[in-house]
Amino acid sequence: MPQNNTVQLSQSGRKQAFLFSSGLLAPDSPIPADLRSPHGTALADRYNIYRNNVTVSLINAVASIFPAVQRITGPDFFRAMARFYIRARPPSSPLLFEYGRDFAEFIEAYEYAQTMPWLPDVARIERAWLDAYHAADADGLDPAGLAAIPQERVGLIRFTMHPATRIVRSLYPAVSIFSQNRADGEVLPVDDRPEDALITRSGNQVQVRLLDTGAAEFLLALSDGAQLQDAAQVGLGLNPGLDLAQLIAVMLEANVFSSLEMDQIDD
Amino acid sequence: MARTHLIRQQPAGKAETLRFTPLRVVGQAGTSFKPEHFAAILEDPPQQGFFEVHAENYMGAGGPAHASLESIRRDYPVSIHGVCMSLGGPSPLDPQHLERFRLLVERYEPAMVSEHLAWSTHENVFFNDLLPLPYNLTTLLHVCEHVDRMQATIKRRIFLENPSTYVAFEHSTMSETDFLAEVVKRTGCGLLLDINNVFVSAANHRFSPMTYLESFPLAAVEQVHLAGHTEQLDSEGQPVLIDSHDGPVSDAVWQLYETIINRCGPVPTLIEWDSEIPDWPVLRAEALAAQQILDRHGATGQVRDAAE
Amino acid sequence: MSKAPISTVLLAGAITSALSTLAIAGPLTKAEADAAVAAKKEKCFGVSLKGQNDCAAGPGTTCQGSSTKDFQGNAWKFVQGGTCTSLQLPGDRKGSLTPLTRDT
Repeated sequence: MPQNNTVQLSQSGRKQAFLFSSGLLAPDSPIPADLRSPHGTALADRYNIYRNNVTVSLINAVASIFPAVQRITGPDFFRAMARFYIRARPPSSPLLFEYGRDFAEFIEAYEYAQTMPWLPDVARIERAWLDAYHAADADGLDPAGLAAIPQERVGLIRFTMHPATRIVRSLYPAVSIFSQNRADGEVLPVDDRPEDALITRSGNQVQVRLLDTGAAEFLLALSDGAQLQDAAQVGLGLNPGLDLAQLIAVMLEANVFSSLEMDQIDD
Repeated sequence: MARTHLIRQQPAGKAETLRFTPLRVVGQAGTSFKPEHFAAILEDPPQQGFFEVHAENYMGAGGPAHASLESIRRDYPVSIHGVCMSLGGPSPLDPQHLERFRLLVERYEPAMVSEHLAWSTHENVFFNDLLPLPYNLTTLLHVCEHVDRMQATIKRRIFLENPSTYVAFEHSTMSETDFLAEVVKRTGCGLLLDINNVFVSAANHRFSPMTYLESFPLAAVEQVHLAGHTEQLDSEGQPVLIDSHDGPVSDAVWQLYETIINRCGPVPTLIEWDSEIPDWPVLRAEALAAQQILDRHGATGQVRDAAE
Repeated sequence: MSKAPISTVLLAGAITSALSTLAIAGPLTKAEADAAVAAKKEKCFGVSLKGQNDCAAGPGTTCQGSSTKDFQGNAWKFVQGGTCTSLQLPGDRKGSLTPLTRDT
């Protein structure tokens, strides 16, 4: 076949796919011209089946990433919000567990969610939960390795984070709201305070913990490569009551880190 | 404002190479593998059968999804069913997605690999639905080029699945069965015959499912899919079938299935159930019903299997 | 922020204490292990949601159509539901929290 003919055919294929796809997320656009249905049955109804399949499957995808957000808003509110979201920002990757990275920002701007200013942060925790779920496998830090460090050198330790570890910081009690709504159960009043979440994976279970004041800064300093003594100073500077022993125990229990290394002592 | 901190990480360690026993699937019925059934499957005594997963749901880096699939794969043959390769679209295949698919096949050594005669991505939007294509020379060239590319990349023969459709195209010049036969002839791929899809399309386009099956290239069928569908009425009160995978296989589809197995031998058969997912014993019972039909025609299949 | 360096003794003490809380620093008697487990439960671990992986494995691809109809875009209504109305705080307006100011 002559090459120019192939190119023409290929272009007509693209045009066809473009025509078919352009109306899938636009409910009011016209039906593609080259469609047929048997015996003249309602053609729009037939095309609308595809519109419906696309819309429902993507809304369901958003709902399964953000179950706590859905429980907070109720399914009717949630599905209406998600419908606007999937039309404004449809997925580009077929890996749907990567979808919804900008859902929190979408909620922030969504007119009807303005009375729930903490809702975007709950969405951020849920998105981080799914990141932790699919993150690469790695061994957690062996406590024996930490125990083996000579006492006079512990301040110089640097840690490497486990691939699943995430921190979400909120000006609202997002962790309390998340934890009450991620599962069924009674929802109780929460204290109005900022809350930071630590999301980790340990024993193939995703875990979410509430961090004490100063702990997020401490962990973020460590993740930036700071030595333990410098990170501790950051945390204690913000919260003199920060319980370092408890925090280190959590770090080990929750698989926050995968390994540690020591700098040479400067003389 | 609040921010999610993606914490600096070390490169992920290389996954342990797993070696699996090759397991046979001829003459066996399997089910979709659903994470919510994992615990119940482990509690069952080991039995025959296989499990099928959607490839894309196991393309994450690590975690519980891979842990459960590895566990399943130790005891059972696995079928990897791609949903998103967009073989039926005009755009070139996504090289990244091809590479992910190749790694998945390498990792799990599946008994079967399949994809759809459909498309799902266009101009960087993924629609998460299997969209239809006209059947003509243009689309035939695209599909064959894409099937060739996929088979060459994953170094495996794939089985291409017939779609369920709700519309037809003015620009179709070939029947679906002729189109599939031509793809088989040009690429050497096998076919995955979804009998529920045949039934749904036949009802929606008002043709006889038996007529369709008589013109289907049955010699190339390497796997069968069965699933439930839903009947709805359109705005003119006309029935339309939705390929909803949310219930048991219908009696009419079971009858077509028995006819096909009688003709083709005990082709590995999968029960798909993807919405309103029941408890594991209900899904398992559906697979056992298919197994009974396969067993009844076992002798035919052994002849065919030995001849291969 | 305090400029006084964190003492090595304090850090070493915190690590020793953490390891003993975890009951993994070395072989422990059953009584010691039980005590450590009890202490851990009581003290250390804050909010921790476990065991929900099965019900929240995230979204999957579909190869099926939907038997429910939910694509009409403009048939939108604000429906009060869910738990948001229970989330009100003392002194706050319904279902919402006053943003806090914090140095950013």
